[in-house]
Amino acid sequence: MSETEQNKHPEKESATSRRSLLNKLWILLGIVALAELIGLVFAFFKPRMKRISKAERDAIIVAGPLDSFLPDTVTAFVRGKFYLARLADGGFLALSRSCTHLGCTVPWVAKENKFICPCHSSEFDITGEVISPPAPRALDIYQITIENNIVRVNTSKRKKRSEFTSGQITYPKNT
Amino acid sequence: MNFIERVRLSIFPGSGKPADEQKGSRKYFRSLLLHFRPRVVPKRTLRFNLTWGLGGMAAVLVLLLFSTGLLLKFAYEPFPGRAYDSILHLQHNIPFGQLIRNIHHWSANILLVIVFLHFLRVFFTGAFTKPRQFNWIIGLALFAGVILSNFTGYLLPWDQLAFWAITISSSMLEYIPGVGARLHDLVLGGPDLGPSTISNFYAIHTAILPVLLLLILPFHFWRIRKANGLVIPRSPVEDSDTRGKKVDTIPNLITREVTVALVLFAVVLIISMLVDAPLAVKANPGLSPNPTKAPWYFMGFQEMLMHFHPVFSLFIMPLLLTLGLLVIPYLNYQADTAGIWFCSRKGRQMAIIAVVTAIAVTVAGVLIDEFMIGSKQAGPNMISSGLVPFAIVLTGFIGFYLFMKKKFEATNNEAIQTLFILLVTGFVVLTIIGIWFRGTGMRLMM
Repeated sequence: MSETEQNKHPEKESATSRRSLLNKLWILLGIVALAELIGLVFAFFKPRMKRISKAERDAIIVAGPLDSFLPDTVTAFVRGKFYLARLADGGFLALSRSCTHLGCTVPWVAKENKFICPCHSSEFDITGEVISPPAPRALDIYQITIENNIVRVNTSKRKKRSEFTSGQITYPKNT
Repeated sequence: MNFIERVRLSIFPGSGKPADEQKGSRKYFRSLLLHFRPRVVPKRTLRFNLTWGLGGMAAVLVLLLFSTGLLLKFAYEPFPGRAYDSILHLQHNIPFGQLIRNIHHWSANILLVIVFLHFLRVFFTGAFTKPRQFNWIIGLALFAGVILSNFTGYLLPWDQLAFWAITISSSMLEYIPGVGARLHDLVLGGPDLGPSTISNFYAIHTAILPVLLLLILPFHFWRIRKANGLVIPRSPVEDSDTRGKKVDTIPNLITREVTVALVLFAVVLIISMLVDAPLAVKANPGLSPNPTKAPWYFMGFQEMLMHFHPVFSLFIMPLLLTLGLLVIPYLNYQADTAGIWFCSRKGRQMAIIAVVTAIAVTVAGVLIDEFMIGSKQAGPNMISSGLVPFAIVLTGFIGFYLFMKKKFEATNNEAIQTLFILLVTGFVVLTIIGIWFRGTGMRLMM
């Protein structure tokens, strides 16, 4: 609306601008309500994610005494869904059993000394390193603590890694 | 007027008046029907080889799925420990339980095929141009809804087949750059398949998607009426203004629709009586079967995964495909081909060439990649197994488009149709290879 028209009908102009302000307020309120609704939905789904990680936080699995694991062997833990690999030099790695390609469960083939995925035949060595694709990265690992010669694995946090490095190995303290 | 008579009249207000040519209740039923359908329809659109009754079939199957699904809801228990046993209980102890599950299973799978054919029919008769542009988009949304319904339903039996198919399909999400891992955890309700996954899938399958379908389907139908009915079929030489004469919807259209519905129902029923829906042993998270395959409608993607880097086969290429489908109705076309099968006579010749080329090139490509290049699977190298093969495929598509357009001096309608055929046929061939020609360790087998 131009200046002159505004001067001609001052009360009409103020009425329309008040109305448009109210309309804008309504839209603003609507957006706020929508945002609240979206926030509510997200909040609703959050505890479920948390509950799982909390349940798994307690899931520190006692793997067993040190000397029950011979060097260069792999032991499967069904409940924790991981493999405890003891390398030839005595170090430990806790490997996730999910293939990094599409999530199939990878069995340890002791005869060939490697993990072979049945789904798409990815192969991993004892450190979880990829020997044969299509798997794009090494098997995920879990944190290991060794106290009083007892090996414990914390299955709450699965750590992704692109490849195997010696820093990922946990060694018993006295060696 | 006694009490019962008053109630009857309140339900059928027409029945109290003197009957003219129709019985009262029948007339009432007619007028109810005609609230959904137009009173008259162009006679030419009644031809079976315009629509093949595909849209109607899809609607019938949706109704069948709703009714059997409602029954199944009373027998099914959505918990990992109980789901499989509730299916066994349904099949062995509940009268007609197995049959109801079979009807639900086969209707769902047939629906996917029918919806796909309906999509092809609409494309090849040019029924996506103005004023039907937006209905094409609605149709794509419904297509997505049907695929998601099938996918979420696939998990529910909680057998080895379901568990691992959903495991690898949902792991495909992880390859979406940036949000992939979070999306995967959101869909599954955690990092692995578990109780949250079942309740997620159950809620989506039995509440969210049915409600969405119920809302969008009437919109899809209504848009057909707003577009003045179906496209008028015509031969390539006919003008687009010839609408021909009109006939009454009742009985001409209705009898045809009821016939198609009944025949389809009979076919579904016969299949369901003869072939049981598959049920493998109970899901075992510690043991992946060999080979593990995604649901059959995703096998095209799983096959692409064998030849391209995941970011290309699971993200970039599906994204381009979806965008392509969405822009189809909004491109600028040189000719008006609505109602003509395959645009024109020239378009038909080009279509045949495209189909043959697509089959030959796809099969050859898979064989060459399998035996000559010798890579067992597409590796994690972004350049050699991602960018390079993708560039080759893209160049192939663009080259084919330009070559066909020039060779046939074609309009862009015909050339775009050729490209569409090349894509769709290629994807169908990949799906077939994935379903029937991949054995142990996903090796090719004849």
